[in-house]
Amino acid sequence: MTAATIDMVDEAGARQLVLAGDWRLATMPQPIAAFELRVRQLATDNPVWDLRPVSRLDSAGATLLWRAWGRQWPSSLILSVEHRALLERVAAISGDLEGAPAAHDALAWIAALGRLSLAGLRHLSEIVALIGQLVLDLCYLCRHPREMPWREFSANLYKSGARALPVIALIGFLIGIVLSYLSALQLKTFGADVFIVNLLGISIVRELGPMLVAVLVAGRSGSAMTAQIGVMRVTEEIDALATMGVSRSQRLLLPKVLALAVAMPLLVIWCSAAGIIGGMIAAKLQMGLSYAYFIDTLPRVVPVANVWIGLCKGLVFGVLIALIACHFGLRVKPNTESLSALTTSSVVCSITVAILVDAVFAVATRGLGLP
Amino acid sequence: MMRAPPAAGQSLPPVIEIRGLYTEFADLVVHRDINLDIEAGQMLGLVGGSGSGKTTLLREMVGLLAPSKGTVRLFGQSVLETDPRRRRALRRRFGMLFQQGALFSALSVFDNIAFPLRELHTLDEGMVADLVFLKLAMVELEARHARLMPAELSGGMVKRVALARALSLEPELLVLDEPTAGLDPDRSESFVKLLRMLQKELGFTVVMVTHDPETLAGLATRLAVLADQRIVACGTAAEVAAVDHPFVRNFFDSGRAAAAIRQQRI
Repeated sequence: MTAATIDMVDEAGARQLVLAGDWRLATMPQPIAAFELRVRQLATDNPVWDLRPVSRLDSAGATLLWRAWGRQWPSSLILSVEHRALLERVAAISGDLEGAPAAHDALAWIAALGRLSLAGLRHLSEIVALIGQLVLDLCYLCRHPREMPWREFSANLYKSGARALPVIALIGFLIGIVLSYLSALQLKTFGADVFIVNLLGISIVRELGPMLVAVLVAGRSGSAMTAQIGVMRVTEEIDALATMGVSRSQRLLLPKVLALAVAMPLLVIWCSAAGIIGGMIAAKLQMGLSYAYFIDTLPRVVPVANVWIGLCKGLVFGVLIALIACHFGLRVKPNTESLSALTTSSVVCSITVAILVDAVFAVATRGLGLP
Repeated sequence: MMRAPPAAGQSLPPVIEIRGLYTEFADLVVHRDINLDIEAGQMLGLVGGSGSGKTTLLREMVGLLAPSKGTVRLFGQSVLETDPRRRRALRRRFGMLFQQGALFSALSVFDNIAFPLRELHTLDEGMVADLVFLKLAMVELEARHARLMPAELSGGMVKRVALARALSLEPELLVLDEPTAGLDPDRSESFVKLLRMLQKELGFTVVMVTHDPETLAGLATRLAVLADQRIVACGTAAEVAAVDHPFVRNFFDSGRAAAAIRQQRI
């Protein structure tokens, strides 16, 4: 491989440009943009082009020459037949992809806002339709219990419930410790040490347990569900199911929603228990509060309604997370960008909705379970 | 392997040179002592039963997979070159056409073909656009297809776009993994024709794996047969047919393969 060269020869008053070497992408002087500019400058005073010494010309070299010539044949050109064929091929291309750029619109933001709200409404109506479909499926399965997808249900229960136990216990336990330490410091200054039980009990059972589990499950199982359904759409597995007469909502979506509806309340109890144990240990270490006292006081200061509220929240969060995950999964288009964007949306949306619903719960249950 | 080393006067090393290659996955031995030379301008078809490790060998040739033992050299350089710059330079000298096309699904057809060109960081956008349209025309697609996303393409178009992308850096070697798999016979025939025309014009070397006898007959000038974990035969169709091996006999006895190969030029 030899580098591309260009030599200027003045012969009998006429200027001649002699090109030699390999005019190929790999052998043209770098950077090629600068080289093209140089060739273009040489082309200005209409010289005679002699391409015969060029040993190899590829389409990059031919394109460069054609561009340097201003997309027209120079008036005098000497070259071989093959090189002419290649240059003719380049000359025949008239790719005009770029249309006129859209004019800047001062009111574009209003349109964007409108589009955003419409997209939001569309999501909402589709989720409502999904809920309706699942309710219909559930009614159908109640009448035909033999078709209940138990295997899928138990697989989902295991994946999103049982497999999540260790990480949820760890997080709950650590949050309990942190909360207990911080509160103990504050309560000590008021001499109100014993109220640590009330504080930990109410806050963990009623609020923190369900919220922590919701965030963890949305990140852990919600994203997995969206990705799974999305990839199944990309690889046409969902269509394959449909052609076998298997309802995608019954076999794919319903087990996920039901599994999370069952798993989430159980996970909430598990997380709350771990949190309270963590808080109890920290209280013992920090303030010398005995375990017996803590366990004895807990049921007295935390009315059982709080546990029910926590369980209800778990159930609602679980159903919402699964619904949102399925909804976004079904909207995945067959490309990687869409898969990643929708998985992100699914998790962000689940967590946001869980917090919104939590606020609604807080208002709706403000008279319940507080001593 | 049965090819003589290049004659003394010939200065160019073979495009691909495989020496003593072994591939082992845990207990499974896929390749045992494989030696193979591919000279510039050859079009080699790699055939073998399914599961005989053809695609694995192809992946080892382009450095996607490291063999357990032995060396693979491309253009006289080790394909597992560790120096990043030399490695990049080497990898720019060949193009690979994947079985499913492997187009970047997030990029349009135009950006897919422009991607390797932009990675050079030496071309301006105008030149890139000209080259992309040239490549599109080469694979017989129209300029308006450039805006489409890979998900909107038919199977045949995916292959063509993938070919345009593989050719965008003017490779000296084109590696094809099942170039016509998933195409109907008509499309497959026109794709083979296109490949042959481009090869004639651009003069690149071709290595391919294929199951389809028509593709093989239409494209390959030489055959290498992979069976029993080694290359049992390599040469022109006549040379290979003369080798006494159960797989080779079976391959040439199957009506379609024999008919296709007899009709064509190998």
